[in-house]
Amino acid sequence: MDNGIRIGVYTCHCGTNIAGIVDVRNVAEYAAGLPGVAVSREYKYMCSDPGQELIQQDIREYALNRVVVASCSPHLHEQTFRTAVAGGGLNPFWFHMVNIREHASWVHLDKAAATAKARDLVRAAVRRVALHRSLEKGRVKIHPDVLIVGGGIAGIHAALTLANAGKHVYLVEREPSIGGHMAKFDKTFPTLDCAACILTPKMSAVRAHRNITLWSYSEVTTVEGYVGNYQVTVRRRPRYIDESLCSGCLECVEACVFKQAKVTDEFNMGLSKRKPIYIPFPQAVPQVPVVDPETCIQFKSGKCKKTCMDACGERHAIDLEMKEATERIEVGSIILSTGFQAFDARRTPEYGYGTYPNVYTALEVERLVNASGPTGGEVVLRDGRHPRTVGIIHCVGSRDEKTNRWCSRVCCMYSLKLAHLIKEHTEAEIFNFYIDMRTPGKGFEEFYQKLREEGVHFIRGRVAEVTDWALDPSEEGSLVIRVEDTLAAFVRRIPVDMVVLATGLEPRSDAQEVRRRFNVSCSTEGFFLERHPKLAPVSTFTEGIFLAGACQAPKDIPDTVAQAGAAAAEALALIDAGFIETEPNTAYVNEESCSGCGTCAPLCPYGAITYSEEVRKAAINQAKCKGCGTCVAACPSGSIAQNLFEDDEIFAEIEGILSYA
Amino acid sequence: MSAFTYFPGCSLRGTGVAYDESLRTLLKVLGIALEELDDWNCCGATSYMAIDEGSAFVLSGRNLSLAREKGNHELLAPCAACYLVLRKTQDYVGRYPAIAEQVGQALSASGLPPLDGVRVRHPLEVLYNDVGTERIRKSVKRKWAGGKVACYYGCQLVRPFAEVDRAHDPTRMDELLRAAGIPTVDYALKTKCCGGSLTGTIHDVGVRLNYIILKEAVRKGAAALATVCPLCQHNLDVYQREIRRSTGEKLDVPVFYFTQLLGWALGSDPDALGLKRQVSGRRLVREWFAEREVAVHG
Amino acid sequence: MPEAFEPRIVAIFCNWCTYLAADLAGTSRLKYAPNIRVVRVMCSGRVDPQFVLDAFASGADGVLLGGCHPGDCHYQEGNYKALRRYHLLRHMLEQMGIEPERFRLEWISASEGERLRVTVDDMVARIRALGPLRLPEEVPAS
Repeated sequence: MDNGIRIGVYTCHCGTNIAGIVDVRNVAEYAAGLPGVAVSREYKYMCSDPGQELIQQDIREYALNRVVVASCSPHLHEQTFRTAVAGGGLNPFWFHMVNIREHASWVHLDKAAATAKARDLVRAAVRRVALHRSLEKGRVKIHPDVLIVGGGIAGIHAALTLANAGKHVYLVEREPSIGGHMAKFDKTFPTLDCAACILTPKMSAVRAHRNITLWSYSEVTTVEGYVGNYQVTVRRRPRYIDESLCSGCLECVEACVFKQAKVTDEFNMGLSKRKPIYIPFPQAVPQVPVVDPETCIQFKSGKCKKTCMDACGERHAIDLEMKEATERIEVGSIILSTGFQAFDARRTPEYGYGTYPNVYTALEVERLVNASGPTGGEVVLRDGRHPRTVGIIHCVGSRDEKTNRWCSRVCCMYSLKLAHLIKEHTEAEIFNFYIDMRTPGKGFEEFYQKLREEGVHFIRGRVAEVTDWALDPSEEGSLVIRVEDTLAAFVRRIPVDMVVLATGLEPRSDAQEVRRRFNVSCSTEGFFLERHPKLAPVSTFTEGIFLAGACQAPKDIPDTVAQAGAAAAEALALIDAGFIETEPNTAYVNEESCSGCGTCAPLCPYGAITYSEEVRKAAINQAKCKGCGTCVAACPSGSIAQNLFEDDEIFAEIEGILSYA
Repeated sequence: MSAFTYFPGCSLRGTGVAYDESLRTLLKVLGIALEELDDWNCCGATSYMAIDEGSAFVLSGRNLSLAREKGNHELLAPCAACYLVLRKTQDYVGRYPAIAEQVGQALSASGLPPLDGVRVRHPLEVLYNDVGTERIRKSVKRKWAGGKVACYYGCQLVRPFAEVDRAHDPTRMDELLRAAGIPTVDYALKTKCCGGSLTGTIHDVGVRLNYIILKEAVRKGAAALATVCPLCQHNLDVYQREIRRSTGEKLDVPVFYFTQLLGWALGSDPDALGLKRQVSGRRLVREWFAEREVAVHG
Repeated sequence: MPEAFEPRIVAIFCNWCTYLAADLAGTSRLKYAPNIRVVRVMCSGRVDPQFVLDAFASGADGVLLGGCHPGDCHYQEGNYKALRRYHLLRHMLEQMGIEPERFRLEWISASEGERLRVTVDDMVARIRALGPLRLPEEVPAS
C-alpha cells in the first residue's frame, strides 16, 4: 500500500481450540495477500510471552504500523495485545482484534465454513485497522470512599478490610441490624464453631470503627455517575428511635404496653413473637430498637399510653414523629453484597411445608437448635412433642427442573450440621435423603464420615413426597417420607416425627431491580454476573462495582469471606492507584460542520453534551462522555464522531466482511 | 347459555355410563347444551399410546380435526384419559415437527382440516370456571343427608398440564361439592394412581393401589369417594369385595362421579344420574338418596 | 449448477450484552449456523442506519442488530434509541423492496447464549427461504 500502512496479521491456534476447526494456515496465507499486509503469521498461543514478543519483533523488523490479532474475544485479551503493541513502540490503538474462537471455532462444526468466516473477519479487520488513529487513554480520579450494599458477613468483612486500610466505608443494610443470614445460624460447618461467637465481634467492630458509617434499616435508591465518581442516594427508613440518643438499654421494649409479645418475629422465622417495639436479636448492631408502625398502637389508634417513652425518660431517644431521611454521598467504588434468599418451600407442595406443621425449613431449624432461639435451643415440634425420628430432605429447590436447576452448594453440609445438632439435642434417629452428597471443602468429607460414625442414616434417593397417609398402624401420627432408595433399589416408606427441608439458595426476589439500579448484569439464574468466571470473579462489567458473597452465586461462609476480601482488595487497588485509565472511545463534535440543530444534547444520558445558544454549536465534555455513540448515530449532519468507532472504520469493517476477493 | 361439542369416549358408553348420564343431566339443569361429535373414534389412550405413539396421535388428531370442522371448538371430554390424550396431542403436534407432519398427512389424506384451534375442556373445570361455585350454591335444591366425601382427582387430569386444577393439591372438586352442601375431607392421596389398567394386567398390584386409596379416605373420615374419571371410578368401585376378602377389612364405600352428587343436590332424578349403577356401598346409597324412586337393584 | 445459497448476514452487536452472549455461546460450545459475521459497537444506540444500508448495498442478505433488553442498557437508554431507528428503517427498507425479515433487532443479554443461537439459526433459515437479496435497480449500490 502506498499510504505507508504496514499491517502485521497474527492468527492464533489457541492450541487446538481454534486450529481444531479453523484452518489457521489457510487464514494466515490468505491474510498475507491482503492489501497493506506486510507480514502474516500463525502461532500456537498469541497471548503467551513468545507470541507477544513475535509481534514486537515484527514491528521492528517489518516496520509495522498496524497490528491485527485473530484469536479469542477482545473481552479476554484486547488489553494484552494493546500492551504488546505499545511495547513494540506503536500507539496501542493501532490494533484490532478478531474473535475467531468464541465466534467461530467454538460455535461451528463445518471446518470450511468456519475457516471462511475467519478469513472474512480478518479481511474486515485489516481494512478497519488501516484507518485507526492514534489515541490517548483518559484518566479518571477515584474518590476514596466506598459504598457497601448489604451487611451480611460479606459486607461486614469487606467493610472492615477497607476500614482497617484507612478508607471510609458506607455500609448500607436493609434490615434493622447487620449480620445477615449468618446471624441466624447456630453453628457453622464443618468445625461447629458457634456462628454468633465468630460473627458478633466483627459486628461490634463495625459499630466501633471510625472509618465505617453504618446505615441500617436503609436502602440505596439511586446511583449515578461512573467509576471513581458515583453519586448515591440512600433512603433511611424511620426506626422512630434516634440512634444518636439511644443507649441500647432496651427498657422501652420492656415497658411496651404489649405485656406479651404478639407480633410474628421475622428473625426467628415466625417461630416466636416479638413486640411492636423490638430489637431483632440480642447482639444486633446497631443496638437500637425499632418501632414497627404496622402494629404499634400509637400508630394505629393514636391512643397509646406511650409507656416506652416514659421508660426512655430523659434520653428522649424515642421520636414517633420521625420521618424518612435521604442521604446523598459520593463514592469511588461500590461493593454489592446483597446476599441470597432461601427457597420458598411452599413451591414444592409434595413436601408438605405449610400443610403439615412438623415440616420445617432448614432456617427454622437453625433457630430451633439455637440457644438464643425461640425455644432456647430445645428442639420442640409445633405440636409440643420432641422428635424421636427426623428426616432431612436434601436438594429442596435445588437441582430440580421444576424449580431451580443449580446446586446450592451449602445444603449437603448444613444438613450434616443440622443432623449432628439435632442428634446432640434430642438423641433422635436421623435420616438424610440425598441425591449426591457433595462435600468438596476443607474438612467437609471428614465431617460426613464423622456423621456416619455417629449413626446418622443416609438414603440415596430424591424424596417423592411427605405425607400423613398411614399404610399401617405403625405409621399412625407420623409423617411418612416416600422415597426410592436407589442403592437398595426399592421404594421405602419412612415414618418420622419431624421433616427438615434443606432449602436451596436463590437470588433475592428484587435482584433484578437492584442490578438495574447498579447497572450490573445477571447470569441466567438471576445471580449477579461476574466479569469473568475464573479471572475476574468479583468484578462486574461496570467498572468500580464489585461483588461479594451469595449475591453472585451460592457459597458458604469461608468462600464468602474470601470473596469479600477480594472485593475489598479490588476497591483498594482502585483507590490507591488514585485514578483509572479509561477507554478512549468518547464522542467529539466537528465544530465546522455542526449545524447547531441541538438533536444530540437530549440524547445523552450523562449530560455530556452542552449546546451553546450563542455560537449555535454542540460540544461534548470528554470527562462525562461514556462512549456509547448514540449521539454519533443521531447527528443529522454527521458532525459527531466517536474515537475507536469512527464511521469510516465501521464502514470499512462491514464492507470488508462482505467484499469477496 | 353455552354449548359444547361432546366427546364421550368409549368409557362413557361402557362402564362409565353413569358419568355420561349424570353429566348430561347436570349440564341440562345448568342450561349447558351438549352436541355429540359426529363419527368420533377412540381417543388413542391406553394400549395405542404404549404401542404406537404416532398412531395414537393420529387417532386423537382426527377427533380434534372433526371438532374443528364442526364449528364449535369447545370440545368437552369428561374421561380423564381422553382429556389427557387430546391435550397431549395438541401439545406434541405444536412441539415436534415430525409428529405434526405425520398427523397432518393422515388428516389431509382423509380430507380433514388441521387440528388446531380446538380448546379441550373438562367438566370439572367447566363447572368451576364457567358455572362457578356461586351459581352452584344458589341452585341447590336438596339438602345433603349423607356422609363426608373424599374427592379423588386421579393422576391424569391434573398432570402434566395442570390446567384443570393444581397438580399437587387440587381442590376444585372439593369446592364445587361444598358449594352444593356436601362436606368433603382432605387427604393426601387424591392424585395418587388408582391402579389404572394394572387391575387388568398385574391384578394384585392394581387392586392394592385401590385399597390404599379407599382405606386412607376412610381413615380421614370419608364415607364415600367422588371421582372425575371413569377408570378411577370403576377401579375404586368394583374391587371392594375382593379387597374385603383378601384383607379382612370391612370396606364398603360408594364411589360416585362428582356429577352424580352435584346433580342430586341440584334436584335431578337419581335414575337420570345413574345412581342405581353403584356396585359398592349400596346400603349407604339407598340411605342417602332415600327417595321412593331410587330403586337399587340387587 | 449454481452453488447452494448461503446467506451472508452482518450482525452488529453491542459490547455489553449481545456480543457477550455470542462469547457465552462460544464458551458453552453451542453450535449455530456459520453465516453471521459480528461487528462490535459499544451500544446498539451507536448503530447508524447507514451501517445497515451499507451492509445491504455491499451484498449482505440480512442484518441482525443485537442490544441489551429494555431497561438493561449499559448506557441506560441507547437501546431505546436503536429501537426507534429500527422501526423507521424497517419501513424504509420495505419501501425499497427489501423484505422485513432481512432486518432484525433482538434483545439478547449477556447470559442468553442459547437465545443467540436460536436467533441466528432462525434468521439464517428465514433468509435461506427468501433467497439472495436482489436490490432493485433504482437503489444505487453503494
